[in-house]
Amino acid sequence: MLVDSPPEQRAETAPAPPTRRAIRVLGLFVSLAVLVAVGVASIAIGAKGLSVAEVWHGLFHDTGTYGDVVVADRLSRTVLGLLAGAALGLSGAVLQALTRNPLADPGLLGINAGASAAVVTAITFFGVTSLSGYVWFAFVGAAAVGALVWFLGGSRGATPVRLALAGTAISAALYGYLQAVMITDDQALNKMRFWTVGSLSSASTSTILQVLPFLAAGSLLALSLARPLNAMEMGDDTAKALGANLNRTRALAMLAATVLCGAATAACGPIVFVGLMVPHVVRSFTGPDLRWILPYATVLSPVLLLGSDVIGRVVARPAELQVGIVTALIGGPVFIFLVRRRRTAQL
Amino acid sequence: MRTNRALRTPGGLSVRLDVRATVVVALILLAALTASVVLIGTGDYPIPARDVLKTLFGDGNAGQEFIVNELRLPRVLVGLLVGASLGLGGALFQAISRNPLGSPDVLGLSQGATAGALTMIVLFSGSAGQVTTGALVGGLVTGFAIYLLAWRRGVHGYRLVLVGIGVSAIVTAINGYLLTRSTLTEASQAVVWMTGSLSGRDWTQVWPLLWLCAVLVPLVLVNGRGLRMMEMGDDVSNALGVRVERVRLLLLVAAVLLTAAATAAAGPVSFVALTAPQLARRLTRSPGPNLLASLCMGATLLVTADWTSQKVFGADQLPVGVVTGVLGGVYLLWLLVTERRAGRI
Repeated sequence: MLVDSPPEQRAETAPAPPTRRAIRVLGLFVSLAVLVAVGVASIAIGAKGLSVAEVWHGLFHDTGTYGDVVVADRLSRTVLGLLAGAALGLSGAVLQALTRNPLADPGLLGINAGASAAVVTAITFFGVTSLSGYVWFAFVGAAAVGALVWFLGGSRGATPVRLALAGTAISAALYGYLQAVMITDDQALNKMRFWTVGSLSSASTSTILQVLPFLAAGSLLALSLARPLNAMEMGDDTAKALGANLNRTRALAMLAATVLCGAATAACGPIVFVGLMVPHVVRSFTGPDLRWILPYATVLSPVLLLGSDVIGRVVARPAELQVGIVTALIGGPVFIFLVRRRRTAQL
Repeated sequence: MRTNRALRTPGGLSVRLDVRATVVVALILLAALTASVVLIGTGDYPIPARDVLKTLFGDGNAGQEFIVNELRLPRVLVGLLVGASLGLGGALFQAISRNPLGSPDVLGLSQGATAGALTMIVLFSGSAGQVTTGALVGGLVTGFAIYLLAWRRGVHGYRLVLVGIGVSAIVTAINGYLLTRSTLTEASQAVVWMTGSLSGRDWTQVWPLLWLCAVLVPLVLVNGRGLRMMEMGDDVSNALGVRVERVRLLLLVAAVLLTAAATAAAGPVSFVALTAPQLARRLTRSPGPNLLASLCMGATLLVTADWTSQKVFGADQLPVGVVTGVLGGVYLLWLLVTERRAGRI
């Protein structure tokens, strides 16, 4: 994982009392352990079940046995799930801080709509049919819409409301276009109905290598923004008084979120709920400090994504349920439970 | 123009009349009717507006009578009724959730109706009537599920929106699953339905909608006063004598019924429920939920959008939902630009 810079170091500067800090550090390690366990499960569980020993053998002493081949095959899927999950969680957390809206998700800024519109264009007008061929289209579409939203939102003078409004507007127009194309072109509809649910099954080493540089750069950028975003959450005036550069922080946050979400969407299709839910849930036990929210979201989002992927492979064996579907079916009820349990006025 | 005027009767009763709002409602209503007449005249066989009016009042020739009364009038009536229901339902949802984005799409109602329709299309290969029933049941079940899940010693506006988003995510996933399990023919039928379309609507869709509106609209308007109080918060409105939870439940049920029925008749036409109340509020410049103005605005929007889609893409090439989606996007951009210029956001 890209993102596990030592939590102790952050803790030194955190104002939280030592016991709470210790609990948070411990919690982060526990989350990491859970993530490793889910990762192993993701390699071991499938149409052919493997033992942990066989997984170990395949990962570190690959001699080409049947089990080793299965491990290699599932490894790329697991790695993509890890990367995409972390990226979606991080971008969601950054966007929620940027828009000061606990319900912001990459869909709100039009990034999913941009990727979808680009993919449908690729299918209908450029005759692209392979999943790996969509990647660049989706990424460029997401990035273009991200930039457009940024400029329509007022670029240097962007405020949370303007950004959200610009994103919703662009999404609406693009979804109109998307539907028009799908109604008139059966071929596009046939491809899009599988792409839009979001799936890890197209994972391959080449897909991962295509998106990896963007994910790495985006994650580093996002994590480096924790402090200025923290300042911005207190309101523009306070943030200015504290010495934050509002325009630069907003531009960089928008850039990080677009790159992360765009790359993840390009690789696996629009998986919407992870970026909304995980940061929202994380916030309920870390509090509003982004220096904790960002690492936790990075670790816990892939847990949700990979866990959902494993479940999707188990319940419909030997076929599989796409990860985007399972994520929402699991995440939705959890989200509702949390909303009911907490006093929402505190959000 | 003075916006408020008090009408006094000799018996000592008085009614406050918002002049601007009344004029605006009358103008929007006029716009809706004009658009309807133009829409009836539009198609492969164009009919001038005068002949349309003549035929509507029972004075046309036999050919035009058939086209107007049997083919186009029911479609336009469905458009008007669906638009009105969506506009009113949207205004109610926005007022109850105290959130300008609290529209049926955000709350998951449209997705619930879609799930019902998709179930009929994909699993049972149902007829048009069965799809409508499925959508109605889906919308109603989703609506009441959201209300029950959001209930915790009363329904708080913010919790309603959040629960709606959760339910919407779950149902969207189910819809995606159903779409991947369908044949391509079923999928294209489903996509047209999911976009929202008025094509091929006839009198069998008009009557149920008309009866529903005839019952619910007066009921909602009578309770609108309470809703206006409730914008000030539950405690204040309690103190002012509004039975908050009862009014809210009643209006929410009405909003769910209106939206579900409209969605069942025409599919989840996007953005009418979201924009109609906002446009109405901007035109009347009056506080409160602007129920009547939103209702008329929704009807105008939908009929105009249907006319636009026929003019731009040709008769029945693309469903009306494509146009409302694009119009919605343009409206939001316009809002962005004007509000920014006015320095409000």
